[in-house]
Amino acid sequence: MTDRAKKRAAGSSLPPPRVGDESVEASPDLDPTSPDVLGDGVRAHDVTVVGSSQPLAIGLDGARPVSGAGSAAAGGKSRIGDKVFLGLSAGASGFVIVLVVLIGVFLLIKSVPSIVDDKVNFLTSTEWSPTPGNLRFGIAPLLWVTVIISLIALIVAVPIAIGIALFITQYAPRRIAKPVAYTIDLLAAIPSIVFGIWGATVLSPKLEPVQSFLSHIPLPLFDNKHANGTIFDGSVVLAVMILPIITAISRDVFERTPRANIEAALALGATKWEMIRIAVLPHGRPGVISGSMLGLGRALGETIAVYLILSTVGGPFSFSIFTGGETFASKIANGSAEFNNPASTGAYIAAGLVLFVLTFLVNSAARAIVNRRKEFS
Amino acid sequence: MAKRIETKDLNIYYGKFLAVSEVSLTVAPRSITAFIGPSGCGKSTVLRTLNRMHEVIAGARVEGRVLLDGDDIYANGIDPVNVRRTIGMVFQRPNPFPTMSIYDNVVAGLKLNSRRLKRSETDAVVEKSLRGANLWEEVRDRLDKPGAGLSGGQQQRLCIARAIAVEPQVLLMDEPCSALDPISTLAIEDLIQTLKETYTIVIVTHNMQQAARVSDRTAFFNLAAVGKPGQLVEMDDTEKIFANPSDRRTEDYISGRFG
Repeated sequence: MTDRAKKRAAGSSLPPPRVGDESVEASPDLDPTSPDVLGDGVRAHDVTVVGSSQPLAIGLDGARPVSGAGSAAAGGKSRIGDKVFLGLSAGASGFVIVLVVLIGVFLLIKSVPSIVDDKVNFLTSTEWSPTPGNLRFGIAPLLWVTVIISLIALIVAVPIAIGIALFITQYAPRRIAKPVAYTIDLLAAIPSIVFGIWGATVLSPKLEPVQSFLSHIPLPLFDNKHANGTIFDGSVVLAVMILPIITAISRDVFERTPRANIEAALALGATKWEMIRIAVLPHGRPGVISGSMLGLGRALGETIAVYLILSTVGGPFSFSIFTGGETFASKIANGSAEFNNPASTGAYIAAGLVLFVLTFLVNSAARAIVNRRKEFS
Repeated sequence: MAKRIETKDLNIYYGKFLAVSEVSLTVAPRSITAFIGPSGCGKSTVLRTLNRMHEVIAGARVEGRVLLDGDDIYANGIDPVNVRRTIGMVFQRPNPFPTMSIYDNVVAGLKLNSRRLKRSETDAVVEKSLRGANLWEEVRDRLDKPGAGLSGGQQQRLCIARAIAVEPQVLLMDEPCSALDPISTLAIEDLIQTLKETYTIVIVTHNMQQAARVSDRTAFFNLAAVGKPGQLVEMDDTEKIFANPSDRRTEDYISGRFG
């Protein structure tokens, strides 16, 4: 056994995620009499091939740079071009990290004094009167409205986006698929203020019948408050707004379904839909999730459209989606006139901080979901 | 349950391009037939027309007839989905479904057509198919592990298990060993010999020793000329093809003299 082989054998607890608990000895496919290095080499090669035949989903942490592929591997000679490029790319990623940290620090510094001075519970109170000297503000209703408006938008948008992406990639002939895809992309180019005006003046009245229909469901969520500019209206508009991004990413991953998987399904006697179910959808799952999370991120932070659509009725807090309300973002936009002293500004920045953390949590949750069955993808 | 395949005057097109012309051959039940010939001569294309996988490619079409025990699989009203359930296929590169466990890979074909099966029934099929593919002993303790985590040779045997789990009449194999090392190849070849007792097998191979080792009958394909469509040069008992072929072109090919 050479040193290298020994090293490998000793380090068998290290990553290789695709190999499972298989060892060279356990496999009768490899000649036990052949030198270990060769056997190991063959196995290592197999693993790489399997890995590389699986295109990774966009925006997820699958695509790690290959370490040791730089100039150092090529005989230790360092080239000036490589150094410059390494510096540039490392600088760019470092810059982003610093930026995120600085924004977090800014939010903390500006909001903590106000939170400390808060006379009511910041997290559970439904009050909002950030008067200097008598700060009373809580984010409970904002958190609820932000989360529910975005969730409903997601529930509406994701099935439609998957449907469109499947139509474009699996069903439509090329000459139809292209214009459809282009139109969806165009939807992303519409400014959110246009969506806001459209939602408030055109769509919201039209959704009245849907509201009265859904309000038959006997849950507090569907209590009909006969309001205009409801959370539900906002969700539908947000759904339209996040549709393009979810569709685009789903389309990309569906399109990259390996030919081998598709043919495997068809050769087993799968119908078109069964082929999609066992080959295309499982392959696209991580991509659809990451696309949905990007969409959710946009919905959580969307300001101007929500601001224009939602009516800001006062009154007691309710869990109904058929009433007005305010999200973090629309609250901050509404309150911009009060940014005249540090204390009340701090209250709004505190709301921004919670939104920041919320988005962060959503992204981590998505990552956890995608990683949970990593072994199988 | 094995069935006879006959093709009659098969012309196979990719769009306007005629890839293979005038193929007429017969494959006997419970036999192994090897398709050999140089790259690009249309062996795989012919194989894919036998279970209507050819038409999956956009623009691809077939003229002529393919008879399965006398019934034309290209007749009007015949659903290709049903044809493919009767005639299984194993591909060049092992292609287990990457998101499925070993167990789910084997029963993937059974679960199609919205069939509901009891766990005990699928358990039996999984064991039978994996035993049939000579893989059971190696994977019985980790049926819930991903199929893609097996070695290349094991993956290919998993694909064979998946294909035989639906109990097809015929098994088509498109260079099933070309991505495998010699030891895995040997395992698959042994397996093919056992499968012959139950299934009609057609295997495309680039490896003439393999054709000589495993097959009863051998069909030699070649291009008529550069730029011309592929054709069936001759088909005969394997011993005869390799010892004393009737056609000069076959002799040139198997003895390493091309053209």
